[in-house]
Amino acid sequence: MTNQIAISVKSVSKDFYLPHEKVDSLKSVFVNPFKLHRGGEVQHALKDISFDVKKGEFFGIVGRNGSGKSTLLKIIANIYRPSEGSIGVEGKLVPFIELGVGFNPELTGRENTFLNGALMGFSQKQVQEKYDAIVKFAELRKFMDQKLRNYSSGMQVRLAFSVATILAESDILLIDEVLAVGDAEFQRKCYNYFKGLKRNGKTVVFVSHDMDAISQYCDRAILIDESTIKNIGTPENIAMEYKKLFIPQEVHVDKASKQALKQQRWGYGGVDILNLDVSRSTYDDDDQYIEISYRVKSVGYKGSVIPGVTIKDDLGRSVCGTNSKILKTPVSLLTLKKVGDTIASKWLVPNIFNDGRYSVEPAVLDDSGKEALVWWNDAIHFDIKNEYSVPVHLISPKIELEVERK
Amino acid sequence: MIKRLRSKYTYSLILLRQLVITEFKLRYRGSFLGYVWTLLRPLALFAVLYVVFFYFLRFGAGIPHFPVYLLLGIVLWSYFIEVTTNGLSAIVGHGDLMRKLYFPRYVIVIAGSFSALINLAINLIVVSIFMAISGVSLSWHILWVIPLIIELFVFALSIAFLLSALYVKFRDINYIWEVVLQAGFYATPIIYPLSIVLTISPLAAKIMLLNPLAQIIQDMRAAVVSADTATITSVFGNSYMHVVPIIIIVLFAIISMLYFKKKSPGFAEDI
Repeated sequence: MTNQIAISVKSVSKDFYLPHEKVDSLKSVFVNPFKLHRGGEVQHALKDISFDVKKGEFFGIVGRNGSGKSTLLKIIANIYRPSEGSIGVEGKLVPFIELGVGFNPELTGRENTFLNGALMGFSQKQVQEKYDAIVKFAELRKFMDQKLRNYSSGMQVRLAFSVATILAESDILLIDEVLAVGDAEFQRKCYNYFKGLKRNGKTVVFVSHDMDAISQYCDRAILIDESTIKNIGTPENIAMEYKKLFIPQEVHVDKASKQALKQQRWGYGGVDILNLDVSRSTYDDDDQYIEISYRVKSVGYKGSVIPGVTIKDDLGRSVCGTNSKILKTPVSLLTLKKVGDTIASKWLVPNIFNDGRYSVEPAVLDDSGKEALVWWNDAIHFDIKNEYSVPVHLISPKIELEVERK
Repeated sequence: MIKRLRSKYTYSLILLRQLVITEFKLRYRGSFLGYVWTLLRPLALFAVLYVVFFYFLRFGAGIPHFPVYLLLGIVLWSYFIEVTTNGLSAIVGHGDLMRKLYFPRYVIVIAGSFSALINLAINLIVVSIFMAISGVSLSWHILWVIPLIIELFVFALSIAFLLSALYVKFRDINYIWEVVLQAGFYATPIIYPLSIVLTISPLAAKIMLLNPLAQIIQDMRAAVVSADTATITSVFGNSYMHVVPIIIIVLFAIISMLYFKKKSPGFAEDI
């Protein structure tokens, strides 16, 4: 990596004017010539964004939906003009905002290849030289003289990606997250392609929600939130900050949300979950276990029950969970003989979690294990702040390292 | 210098070439007669007008080679319609492309006018076949065709640029343009010979000839079909009046270039 600048973004702002009533006919101009901009609002998509991308760098842009990432990419690609500020680009830039832009279903695969190439600025001759390689990469030799409309969508994506991949020997590539769609095989090809790019010292600007990809490929990244740059730094730090965006701030629990909480409980009823608690609100490396406890009280149900817990991360993915049946707890301990009977349960979950916020879902099933008597979504939270947490992975058990000098 | 200019416009040239080829290939794909339609369309119009105006209304009486005279007018007018209507929808019609890729926007408008130019060339071949059948005698004046077609090309393209950029903001333009074209068809001596107007009102004929299209069509007829066609030179008595239609064209060209250049960076957002 050299210190030459490939892309410099200097205090770029972008406002979109959103009219409430679209003024697009001459009539409205005549009727109201001086009020063309009546009843609209200005949306600030980007505010004062500045950064440089060095030559040969793999640069990530992350942010939530609607944070302005794609607008920024389009400004760098010269599709939108910035409202303020300027963009400097050194070298030939090819944007992949979308694959197969300009593909025409009435043309054959071969004709589309040349058209798509021309749209990216490659001459007939340049495309011809690489035509065989494109076809080979796309594995579509038999289909190149068929019309595109007879292609499956997978075939179209393959062709589009091959054209983009084989042709784009440009200096700078802008890749929007759309590239990361497709089946597993296609994704593997994408990632191999990225690795190749990195080896060849291309400058790549890469927009993604996939923090694993960001951490794995990028040299640096920026986090954009609410139209401004929140941070620039190593991909690991940015990935961590990105995840933090999804941890909600502490809120005061009022009556209405207590009501809402109740609605998060569902099931056939007959039992109630009481005294749900976690031993701490924040755990760190010193805590070996996360301790969850609750009581099951019969309010009409008689018979044995199967209590359980599930722990979900901030994206709603189940991280782990279990119940008394899986753990083979004796049924005799779990029988509610009459209304008002109560069973206390305590769960010790090893602290193997990554940094972030987790929710606990207690649930009680009936004796068959098939029907939920009560299931409480998103019932209580705890946070993890582990020193040795590695956010790229799913879990972070404390792995011990032994080193010996011999 | 030339190299720098070349590299600046390479992208545009590559794209222009490919777009023209694509449009040409796509035009009649799926239709049974294919490219024959390029010829059949103006020929069908010609047949209808010929029967109505020549046989029944006797418009062409006294005009030598009236069928060729009529066909040439129709062919040139069709070219003008094609370029301007292609141009009108060029930017809006490619909105999807504009939002996802940067390329010099003007290429798309020029591409539309080049495909029309190919059609014009094919149609002019038909005209020359009719000329041979009709026994039109050729002279050196036929060389005037080249500058006249350039003039027509520039005029039609300028209007196409203006319309394409206007259409992004004002979607009424296509209806307005339809009406303008219809009016223009009758305001231009295409189906009737200008000599008819000249006998009724010489002033009206003079005003009509200041319209660049009327001037081009009449000059072309004079150069190709018959030297005694009423042209801007013969009606005004001198050739200096050619300056007026040329000034009109230059004005259109400058205004539309400036407007297009000003608006084109915002096309992606405005569509």
